[in-house]
Amino acid sequence: MEHIELFFKSIFIDNMVFATFLGMCSYLAVSKKVSTAVGLGAAVIFVLAITVPLNWLLDQYLLQPGALSWLGAEYADYDLSFLSFIMFIATIATMVQLVEIVVEKFSPSLYNSLGIFLPLIAVNCAILGGSLFMQSREIPTLGLAFNYGVASGIGWFLAILAIAAIREKIRYSSVPPALRGLGITFIITGLMAIGFMSFGGMLTGGDEAPKEEKTASVQEETNENIALNSSEASEDKEIANNIKENE
Amino acid sequence: MNLKTRLNILKRKYRGSKMAPAFNAIHTFLYLPNETTRGGTHIKAADDLKRTMNTVIMAMVPCLIFGMFNAGYQHYLAVGNIQAVSGGFLSAEFWTLDNFMVGFWKILPLVIVSYGVGLAIEFLFAVIKKHEVEEGYLVTGMLVPLIVPVDIPLWMLAVAVAFGVVIGKEVFGGTGMNILNPALTIRAFLFFAYPTWMSGDKVWVHGAVDRDQAIAAGQNLDAISGETILGSLAQGKEMAYSTAEMFLGFIPGSVGETSTLLILLGGLFLIFTKIGSWRIMLSSVLGAIVMGLIFNQVTASGWITDTSKFYGLMSAPYWEHLIIGGFAFGTVFMATDPVTASQTNKGKWIYGFLVGFISILIRVFNPAYPEGVMLAILLMNVFAPTIDHYVVQANVKKRMKRLKAKVA
Repeated sequence: MEHIELFFKSIFIDNMVFATFLGMCSYLAVSKKVSTAVGLGAAVIFVLAITVPLNWLLDQYLLQPGALSWLGAEYADYDLSFLSFIMFIATIATMVQLVEIVVEKFSPSLYNSLGIFLPLIAVNCAILGGSLFMQSREIPTLGLAFNYGVASGIGWFLAILAIAAIREKIRYSSVPPALRGLGITFIITGLMAIGFMSFGGMLTGGDEAPKEEKTASVQEETNENIALNSSEASEDKEIANNIKENE
Repeated sequence: MNLKTRLNILKRKYRGSKMAPAFNAIHTFLYLPNETTRGGTHIKAADDLKRTMNTVIMAMVPCLIFGMFNAGYQHYLAVGNIQAVSGGFLSAEFWTLDNFMVGFWKILPLVIVSYGVGLAIEFLFAVIKKHEVEEGYLVTGMLVPLIVPVDIPLWMLAVAVAFGVVIGKEVFGGTGMNILNPALTIRAFLFFAYPTWMSGDKVWVHGAVDRDQAIAAGQNLDAISGETILGSLAQGKEMAYSTAEMFLGFIPGSVGETSTLLILLGGLFLIFTKIGSWRIMLSSVLGAIVMGLIFNQVTASGWITDTSKFYGLMSAPYWEHLIIGGFAFGTVFMATDPVTASQTNKGKWIYGFLVGFISILIRVFNPAYPEGVMLAILLMNVFAPTIDHYVVQANVKKRMKRLKAKVA
């Protein structure tokens, strides 16, 4: 249940493009044709699916405050989280290189049409954003982290697929000259985000709940969630302690 | 000298100048133009764009008139002056002049503002871009007053119409080029920009907000509850209306959406004149039924109990979803918009099914937006080109295979 909820939440409610507006550069640049957009979208899904769990492992066993305790008791109070950015980017850059090699080997035509944007996935904010959201939302398990990576990738994929189809459709529209190209694409993105707002606040009841009693219940729930999260965190600590004792 | 000749003289005088499209539009709107095309072969068809648009408007007029009566009826009913309708659709308590006059004076300004602002912008763009004025706004301008609450301030409507026409349509090159339905863009703009006027339990009955303010000012009056059925169901209250009332439309709601019966008639008219796509209408009803049945099954098998806040809407029988809220209106008049819906026949089935499916999904799972159908149609408008693309590609692939089989 948890997995299903996170999956749909990451695709629709917290869509990388329409909810957080991440990964816009390649989203705007590579969305002229559906076929290239599909290629890039698939690459982003792949990279996210690998980097988010990898970074989750890094975060869990290297970077978090107290994550190094598996090395021994004297390392328990190290806090390496200031290294997050560098470590995450290093992982991402490595993975992107791997994807590039694979794509060049198996689909040279896609490699050529993606051009510079394939290596540039390394600095695509959606990819780093995926890892950083994974860290800040405290995703508890490796499985969920993988799920989150795949689902965020699919959300991004859907977004670039839809806008590529729309841009193919409006190719013959008489858009005012000043807006042609990027201008109209920005406007379309905004309008698409309105469409995606339908999912905003789904399941939680939205920010502006109509009744007072409802807001109260929502608050209670969030409190519960926080309590749950903290209990999970303490469970994690227990697990870490267990590991330490075993060693 | 009558108006027609005068317009003709004006047209000739301004021919080739900036203002020419404006005069042409007025002339062709009021009269049949005398000009005929010369040379070459032309297809002559009676159903030009103007005729198409007018047919849709004709299908909506019963809803508009019913909406006027209903606005007055709901107002008097809420104030406590009259009793609830007891008879059938033609009961005399409903079709009174009092009811009509209240609704008429509330709804006529909405229509005027919607058409005035929208057409002014259309004319402006036609003059600037030097093309003829397009008829696309005729339907949008009629749809807009039908999907807003009666008490919406006129300036808000004007702002939203300006946004919807400029950003939703004109930047794409005008009629036939837009990707989102302009009427729904206008409604979505209102919905997200002024949520207090577009949702909640005070906006659907004329006078409810005024009465609230009077009570707040210390007058001794009863508050008016103008809750829509969806709103009260979402809060787990009992259904206050009978099925007949919901089907015939004696319920609060936005102007045109309440009477499923009249919408059904309008839909049949559109199908009969081949202007609305029956594929979209049918498949979106199917989608809604499937989703409704799934939810009914979930509640029946006890996965979700009545402690959950989704229980109220989830346990409502699947057919009830079809007649409450804006589902019927959206399905018949807005999902079938030929510009923003899928263009291929197979695509229309997929598109319509997903519209129905997602609108019930949003309705149930998103208590903040009980009016799911608007957002579901907007969302599917976004994905309609994608659906079309893949339907076309599949067809191309199939025919390639056939060709190869023939050649080999």
